[in-house]
Amino acid sequence: MLKIPFSFVFDPLSIFFLIIIIAISISSFIYSWGYLQGHYSTAKIILGQILFVLFVFSMIAVVTAGNIFLFLIVWEIMSLVSYFLVIFDTENKKSIEAGTIYMVMTQVGTAFLLMAFLLMYRAAGSFDFNAIHAALITMSAKQKNIIFLLLLAGFGTKAGIVPLHIWLPIAHPQASSHVSSLMSGVMIKTAVYGLIRFGIIILGVNSLWWGELIVVLACVSCLVGVIYALMENDIKTLLAYSSVENMGIILLGIGSAMIFIKLGFTVLAVLAMCAGLYHLINHAIFKGLLFLGAGSVYRATGTRNIERMGGLIQKLPWTSIYFLIGSMAISALPPLNGFVSEWLILIVFFLGALAITGGLKLFFCLAAGALALTSGLTAACFVKAFGLPFLGRARSAKAENAKEVPWSMNLGAGLLALLTILLSLGAVYTVRFLVGVSGFVLAVNTSQINFSLNRFILSPQIGGTINLSTPILALILLLAGSGAFILFYLLYGKARVVIGQTWDCGYYKLTSRNEYTATGFSKPFRLAFSFFLLPFRKVTKIKESRYHVKSFSYETKTTKVFREYLYKTILGGAFGVSRNMRGLQLGSIHIYLGYICLTLLLLIIFVGKF
Amino acid sequence: MEYLFLILKVIIFIGLAPLLSGIITRIKNNLRFRKGPGIWQPYFNLFKLFRKDEVVSEQASWIFRSAPYIVFAATLTALMLVPALTAWPLPIFTGDFLTIIFLLSLGRFFLALAGLDPAATFGGMGSSREMFIASFVEPVVILAIFAVSLTAETTNLAIIAAFKAMHPATVLAAGALLLVTLAETSRIPIDNQETHLELTMIHEALILEYSGRSLGLLELAAYMKQILFFSLISLIVFPGWNDLASFLLKWLALGVIVAVVEISLAKMRLFRAVDWLSFAGILAIMAIMTLILGV
Repeated sequence: MLKIPFSFVFDPLSIFFLIIIIAISISSFIYSWGYLQGHYSTAKIILGQILFVLFVFSMIAVVTAGNIFLFLIVWEIMSLVSYFLVIFDTENKKSIEAGTIYMVMTQVGTAFLLMAFLLMYRAAGSFDFNAIHAALITMSAKQKNIIFLLLLAGFGTKAGIVPLHIWLPIAHPQASSHVSSLMSGVMIKTAVYGLIRFGIIILGVNSLWWGELIVVLACVSCLVGVIYALMENDIKTLLAYSSVENMGIILLGIGSAMIFIKLGFTVLAVLAMCAGLYHLINHAIFKGLLFLGAGSVYRATGTRNIERMGGLIQKLPWTSIYFLIGSMAISALPPLNGFVSEWLILIVFFLGALAITGGLKLFFCLAAGALALTSGLTAACFVKAFGLPFLGRARSAKAENAKEVPWSMNLGAGLLALLTILLSLGAVYTVRFLVGVSGFVLAVNTSQINFSLNRFILSPQIGGTINLSTPILALILLLAGSGAFILFYLLYGKARVVIGQTWDCGYYKLTSRNEYTATGFSKPFRLAFSFFLLPFRKVTKIKESRYHVKSFSYETKTTKVFREYLYKTILGGAFGVSRNMRGLQLGSIHIYLGYICLTLLLLIIFVGKF
Repeated sequence: MEYLFLILKVIIFIGLAPLLSGIITRIKNNLRFRKGPGIWQPYFNLFKLFRKDEVVSEQASWIFRSAPYIVFAATLTALMLVPALTAWPLPIFTGDFLTIIFLLSLGRFFLALAGLDPAATFGGMGSSREMFIASFVEPVVILAIFAVSLTAETTNLAIIAAFKAMHPATVLAAGALLLVTLAETSRIPIDNQETHLELTMIHEALILEYSGRSLGLLELAAYMKQILFFSLISLIVFPGWNDLASFLLKWLALGVIVAVVEISLAKMRLFRAVDWLSFAGILAIMAIMTLILGV
């Protein structure tokens, strides 16, 4: 009989993830009361909150489980509970569909993990992390490679790495917003935890190509995620695609840490891991914040389509400020935290390119180019995500009548906005904390490693000249902006402002129909990336007579290449095989008994062979 | 003392920025045998705008009102990080070469939001196009920065500026930056400062709803951005020559190049801009390749 020890770990890595889980959970929990109130029956609200608490506890268990058996069990509980949270709106058919896709993809991912864990168990004869680590040292490189690829596929599914991302933009938007914020902010990060725990700590980086593969996949995820996000008009789906992108950015840091540790650049590896983990905590917080903001917008307007919003900055002043802070942080604008982590990753690439000669130098430079393109596209995406819903004129009656959401929702989101600002100004403290975590992960002694000059200035190249200080930048920005304002006041007096209409070319009063649309906003990008998006466009003219067109209808959509080509092919193949297997079902009990015997025989041969 | 010098430097930059634009316009007009305004015209425009009343749309929120100040502050901070006009490297402790690019995108982000704010068609069009161009500019600039920084072994601009040797990589990178500068300063072939034609304008569409003091501030910020890019290119191609006299020469030389490019090319369609910027990107990658091959 197997003995299952209930062991837990509380090392720096677990504690780091615990902090993130708890910070986001508290905010989401406060937010959820206002969000659920009045939209569901009391019984259902209580059920929802029980599931929510279970979800949080299962995530805590995932990052503290001390052996692979327990890990796998709590991992499955986490998937199962989140499945129930995705299908919470059971009367909505779309939720059920999203839940099914989520469940299937998660189970596929777990299947890969199960295989990896079984191989580990066979080598060690124990479930314990330390025992497995000790046993794996002597394992052959080939087997290690197989385990690594299985882990990457398993955790990659949960993390939403392209091309395993398809469930993410379907499932996340269907859950209630406070749950989406937890799923996008925290749950997908547990996959990164798994990758670090099993791939780096337990397995140990064995080959250079592991890190390179992760960096390449991360670049693809970044670009694919942000391009899809730009095309999206559903605010929550947009945020979900942007999670795919940000998971890519996190993995850029972690992948390059794996490269550096293999090449023996320990300090650089620590910096890269630091940068990746910094982006991880940043993304957890601002994506949580943005999902809460999107939930407030949804509650206030009753729609998730940004084409039907507009002018919400007047109606939802608090929500708009939170959403703006989140959008600025995710677009990597200084002096906010998203900027610090992306800057750190760029510096990691730079220092990597500086230290290494030959092909890898170009590799890092191109990765930096991909990250820069991503960050430019993200800024465009969030100009759209903030500008179209919140600015301009209301585009529907629902947006016209929107009201500010209850205080509990604002409080929950406000906490995360505050954390965003704290993480921006306290960049040095965050990095100092993360150096410890990274040192633990990479088994590097970090007592001599200090990436800061003093309490304000980051200096990621030790003894070098590359510096950054977010508090000082924030101060200079503030001084420059207010300085210009005061100077004008002193020189020319108070600004004399006349309120007028927006310029309408002298025709008639503008309506919301004259505004630029979300689809129009993303059109240049749709054309520039048409080789990948394969857009479809149809214009129909409804004519009153030969000479006069009564109305136009314009239809455009993009093709999701992975869903259309990759997954449809796999599904088609699976259905085809199933259809052919039907021939085996003869309905006679004797034949079925024969099948069982045959299977048993094959299994015995299999066990004997291996 | 050093801080005083820093402030003095920024004041010189801001003071000269409109003149640079005036000179470029003058050169363009002379080359085209046109009369055109004098080189001081940008100053007259600015002071006129600063004194005037503002008309603000009833749709506009605080974003529209505060955007000019944010754009100005971001550009000013970026300008502060450029170590030009100094005989000795200033303590650039707040940020490096990369920070400058991110600071500029802070300004652009708010400008794009301000374009959407008054609910006009032109503003939205401008902000969509501006973000479109900008997202392709960013990777080119980062690659060019990498090429330059790899030769100097740091991304700290003060060290790069003091780095005396000229290298093929830096020249190629500067070429990439020059192509990008035309896009960033809304010049032909990407954009055109001189026209208000609805279908082609990018930057002018964004600021169409602005007037008075806010418009003046935005124009000043645009001039500052131009002098910033010119200074970066000068620093990269001719490092070491950092005094005011040689900077005036370098700015003038770049001004002549830009003027000649502007009068000899036609404006491209918006989607062709991607080709232009990809070419710049290839130049930047070539710069990195020369480093790898050890040319």
